[in-house]
Amino acid sequence: METVFLTFILVLTVFLGFELISKVPATLHTPLMSGANAISGITLAGAFLAAGSTDNDMANWLGGAAVTFATINVVGGYLVTDRMLSMFKSKRSAAK
Amino acid sequence: MIDLAANFAYILSAGLFIYGLKMLGSPATARKGNMLSSIGMLIAVVAALASDGTTFEFIIGGMIIGAAIGLLAARLVAMTSMPEMVALFNGSGGGASLLVGWATLYLSPDSSIGGFTAFTIALAILIGGLTSTGSLIAYGKLSEKLNSAAFVFSGQRFLNSLLLLAIIVCTYLFCMDPSPDSIYLYGLLGLALLLGVMAVIPIGGADMPVVISLLNSYSGIAACAAGFAINNNILIVAGSLVGASGIILTNIMCKAMNRSLANVLFSGFGAAKSGKAVEGEVNPVSVEDAYYILEAASNVCFVPGYGMAVAQAQHVVKELGQILEANGCEVSYAIHPVAGRMPGHMNVLLAEADVPYEQLVEMDDINPRIENVDVAIVIGANDVVNPSAREDEDSPIYGMPIINVDQARTVFVLKRSMASGFSGVDNPLFFGENTRMLFGDAKESISGVISEFGS
Repeated sequence: METVFLTFILVLTVFLGFELISKVPATLHTPLMSGANAISGITLAGAFLAAGSTDNDMANWLGGAAVTFATINVVGGYLVTDRMLSMFKSKRSAAK
Repeated sequence: MIDLAANFAYILSAGLFIYGLKMLGSPATARKGNMLSSIGMLIAVVAALASDGTTFEFIIGGMIIGAAIGLLAARLVAMTSMPEMVALFNGSGGGASLLVGWATLYLSPDSSIGGFTAFTIALAILIGGLTSTGSLIAYGKLSEKLNSAAFVFSGQRFLNSLLLLAIIVCTYLFCMDPSPDSIYLYGLLGLALLLGVMAVIPIGGADMPVVISLLNSYSGIAACAAGFAINNNILIVAGSLVGASGIILTNIMCKAMNRSLANVLFSGFGAAKSGKAVEGEVNPVSVEDAYYILEAASNVCFVPGYGMAVAQAQHVVKELGQILEANGCEVSYAIHPVAGRMPGHMNVLLAEADVPYEQLVEMDDINPRIENVDVAIVIGANDVVNPSAREDEDSPIYGMPIINVDQARTVFVLKRSMASGFSGVDNPLFFGENTRMLFGDAKESISGVISEFGS
């Protein structure tokens, strides 16, 4: 049942994603991509399980590495997206 | 109890991700949207820590190292290197999903892993691995550390088919008897990493926008698979949002080149060269004459391409645009969807140079009124303005929508020399009657025109 429920979420989210993204103008494709990329660092939330809830050494190391990679993805992704977006100015604010 | 609280927190963060992505749809709200999405991430991470963490050495250690690397990378990267940076971040996310999938095997006592869970673990490993090495190769090609041309050899397809077959067999055998010691697990790991390499080497530099979008999508799908493996719904929601967004972008990029995804991925475009050779006289123009024409123009449109990024010419381009505007001229920047090395590459560079986003127009907006443009200035773009795409049925790029600069009253093409574009296709635009070639480094040429305005 759990699997069915999760698949249900998956299908709905995919449709939602299609709806959301197809409205984004070409100007913002790069920030959209890097912003979405930062969201994919959500794996971080899954990595804690392996890194911190077991005595198994191998799981700890793999989990710790996963935490590192995912954090790079999250922190780097959001910051770089913010840096890019801060450059997009409208005519009015560019004149200031 | 704490699990329930964590799941409610996940719902909140999913809402923030969705709303954040929605706000990314307009330049005016995009920055706030990204902020909201990062708050969603923070909530999800804190909730996961509270519910899953019992020992924290590995978690804290990993987070400190990761945050330091991410922070430095995001601060230090030059805007022109953004495509390779995005590729690296993608790869990092893919790698994380692979590791989570792998580590999950050690979490449950032996023989309690079900067939479905094993399958999702295999998927997380496969897609995560493919994303990580694929992104590394893409990084190498984008940063020119590797040859950016398509790398094709005979027997490549046969080898790839074998690789896919081996992956299917390994996945099947691993799912039959899932255990952390299974040799098929290691086989799968190796094959997944190899697949990433094999998938990206036959793709040429000009097709990189497609590859980056696709890898972006994969990094989401990998997170999604990892979510299934550990039964975590926020991973599934966030992962599939990213997966869907990557697929949409991939589709937009493919349409902008009038090619199917399969064609981009497997044809090794840029290796094959055909199409009619074009002959004719080119009309070179001096910086001084270019100045006289621009001075009299009342509607100028810049058409940037990857060459503008290479020459780092975005700032002088904007300066010239401002001078022209002060001169009473209407200025716009027409950007083809696949100009540059990633979706929206040119937009970011021009935004960096403080060009207001109202002046950045899309191909479909400029084409209907291109005849009213007095001067179209092509800077480092080639294939996206090549009229062969419209006229020559034998041309490899036939059918690709282009910006019809040849229909503007005058076209300036800034070009280093007469070498053909990335796709190796001749460009009849250069021989057009209304075309003037401004040879030399794009940045220097434009600076030259600017100083003519000054004198």
